[in-house]
Amino acid sequence: MSDKKKKKAKRPSGSAVTSNLIRKPIQRWAPLFILPTFVCFCIGFIWPFLQGIYLSFCNFMTPKDAKWVGITNYVKAFSDPSFGRAFWNTTGFAVVSIVLINIIAFFIAYALTQAMRGANLFRTVFFMPNLIGGVVLGYIWSMIFDGILHRYGTYLEANATYGFWGLVILVAWQQIGYMMIIYIAGLQAVPGDMLEAAKIDGASGWKTLTKVILPNVMPSITICTFLTLTNSFKMFDQNLALTGGNPITTLADGSKIAATELLALNIYSTYNISRNWHGVAQAKAVIFFILVAVLALSQLYATRSKEVQQ
Amino acid sequence: MKKILALVLVLVMALSFVACGAADEPSVYYLNFKPEADAAWQDLAAAYTAETGIPVTVLTAASGTYEDTLTSEMAKTDAPTLFQCGTAAALANWGDYCLDLSGTDVYAEMTTDDFNLKGENGEVYAIGYCYEAFGIICNKALLAKAGYSVEDITDFASLKAVADDIHARADELGFDAFSSAGLDGSSSWRFSGHLANMPLYYEFRDNGVTECPAEITGAYLDNFKNIWDLYITDSAVDPATLSSSTGDASLEEFGTGKAVFYQNGTWEFSNLTDKYGIPASDLTMLPIYCGVEGEANAALCSGTENCWAVNSQASDADIEATLDFMKWVVTSEAGTTMMAEQFGPCPFKSAKEPANVFFADANRLISEGKYTVTWAFNYTPNVDDWRAGVVSALTAYSAGTGDWEAVETAFVAGWAAEYAKLNG
Repeated sequence: MSDKKKKKAKRPSGSAVTSNLIRKPIQRWAPLFILPTFVCFCIGFIWPFLQGIYLSFCNFMTPKDAKWVGITNYVKAFSDPSFGRAFWNTTGFAVVSIVLINIIAFFIAYALTQAMRGANLFRTVFFMPNLIGGVVLGYIWSMIFDGILHRYGTYLEANATYGFWGLVILVAWQQIGYMMIIYIAGLQAVPGDMLEAAKIDGASGWKTLTKVILPNVMPSITICTFLTLTNSFKMFDQNLALTGGNPITTLADGSKIAATELLALNIYSTYNISRNWHGVAQAKAVIFFILVAVLALSQLYATRSKEVQQ
Repeated sequence: MKKILALVLVLVMALSFVACGAADEPSVYYLNFKPEADAAWQDLAAAYTAETGIPVTVLTAASGTYEDTLTSEMAKTDAPTLFQCGTAAALANWGDYCLDLSGTDVYAEMTTDDFNLKGENGEVYAIGYCYEAFGIICNKALLAKAGYSVEDITDFASLKAVADDIHARADELGFDAFSSAGLDGSSSWRFSGHLANMPLYYEFRDNGVTECPAEITGAYLDNFKNIWDLYITDSAVDPATLSSSTGDASLEEFGTGKAVFYQNGTWEFSNLTDKYGIPASDLTMLPIYCGVEGEANAALCSGTENCWAVNSQASDADIEATLDFMKWVVTSEAGTTMMAEQFGPCPFKSAKEPANVFFADANRLISEGKYTVTWAFNYTPNVDDWRAGVVSALTAYSAGTGDWEAVETAFVAGWAAEYAKLNG
């Protein structure tokens, strides 16, 4: 034992991991180390996911009593007008919140990477909302908004505009801090010599920002857009707690328009109609998964291609 | 050394899998849906286990999430053996899981079939273990301070006269007529469910409805408007703020003597007497009057959603244990005491007389020959969505941003659409 240790200690530090003496045993035991995580991943993700796809073709009360019904659920899902409306609500919400969150987060990060007093304190404070759960935030903000709107004789759920912007403000408040941290990391990685060179060459502040800094923080922009995009599409807790889809207007034919209902909430309320709708909700969830996956992957592809090598 | 460690790890993992499937002695798993009765059920379960050695697990779903909890619990291997199945809609969903209880000991203990849910061939799928009543809870002491007594209130006109007068003198009296009619999710069911029962009940009574109708006419919606307008006008709370006004807030207004009237049910009795210390002799429950002809003869709105069903897909040993537990609950000293305290009058032979004065009111009105307003809202199709539509319209109407027509549309057209969705 002690001989081995001595040998290891003598080696230059960089080559230690690549040494065959160390690598071989690690490689041999790799499956064992991977196993616990892999088992968890299968139990917690792969299996429920496959079962979910199977259930979307079934009529069921609980997964135990599923009966195969073919594509009926998908037909019902696509012919449900509330699903389409929820999709457009979500799209609108996603566009607005992605733009707002990223721009504000970037500029806060930019400001906080300049030499200023209390920058660390601000970073912490801006990040803190991210630590509060979505449902709690929804209720707190509904009180804040209602408190303000009551002064003007109205309330948050009175119309779709209030509900929509209320949700945007809530989510922006919650997520800007998180995205800010990522942007700060990105900004700090911009090479100092490049900035210095730009300064010597007489580049203006704006030029430096657009031509030097932005291309260099592209990786951060990629990850932040990815996170805000997927977060917006998957938005559920905040939506449920803030407005719950209200205001709900009943049309003359009895059909309802839930003006602030996003996709995830629509799936949730579909499930609760009755047992015959469980499969439909499941089908909507599968469609939802494909939609989010396609959007997220194409966004990743689009922004990755703009990243530069340092 | 490493090998031994790895072996230990593998062993631990294997054991933890084995442990999941081990030990299968008979046990009872009760899914309770009343958070306010959770502590009482836990104590009773512990007492039963101490007496018989049979483990009883009681899980209580958080307020308003019973259906969700039931669905996820039922999907598990150790599913509830005893659960609630209280309406026709619930029976349609869970019928496959309900054991026919006719011929069981606990069923033999029952005094009435009125609250039970039955299948097409007379199978007893769920037994109503208690019934409840709702109406307008009234603080008699405050009413006397304002110069009135409950005898002055016999119909909508007299209720309105009293309430209007109290509201007009609210500053001088120090209390108002009605506690806030909050439309936040924690309170809106009192109106989209219970108050909406009034127009539904009278319409169904006229038409002899015995099962969920595909359409309703809303013939008594004007009466619904009467009483709703009274609630939001003769109250200290600004109607524009009702959207975020909670059930707790309303309870507190009544509990702390800021309001004379509070619409709710028998289940609030212990809250009012224990938590807020209102003497039971000061409390009474009035029928909900809304201006329907002959309503002076109305009693309280009585019915139940509290029905026990036994999981037919549980193992025979567990079913046996569950039936024994149920029998014990409705016959033993500890069981009947707890049932009377928590649930009031129970339709079982050995049931105890409850201390809850609201039930005394319910029984007195019936013994005076008045008609019981039954729970017509139990027929509501896709109840959550239908109520959500009504609440949204009602909120807009109360705040002055919407009109009453929208409430009527949500009520009538909404019913037909939800019925179609449910049966389509």
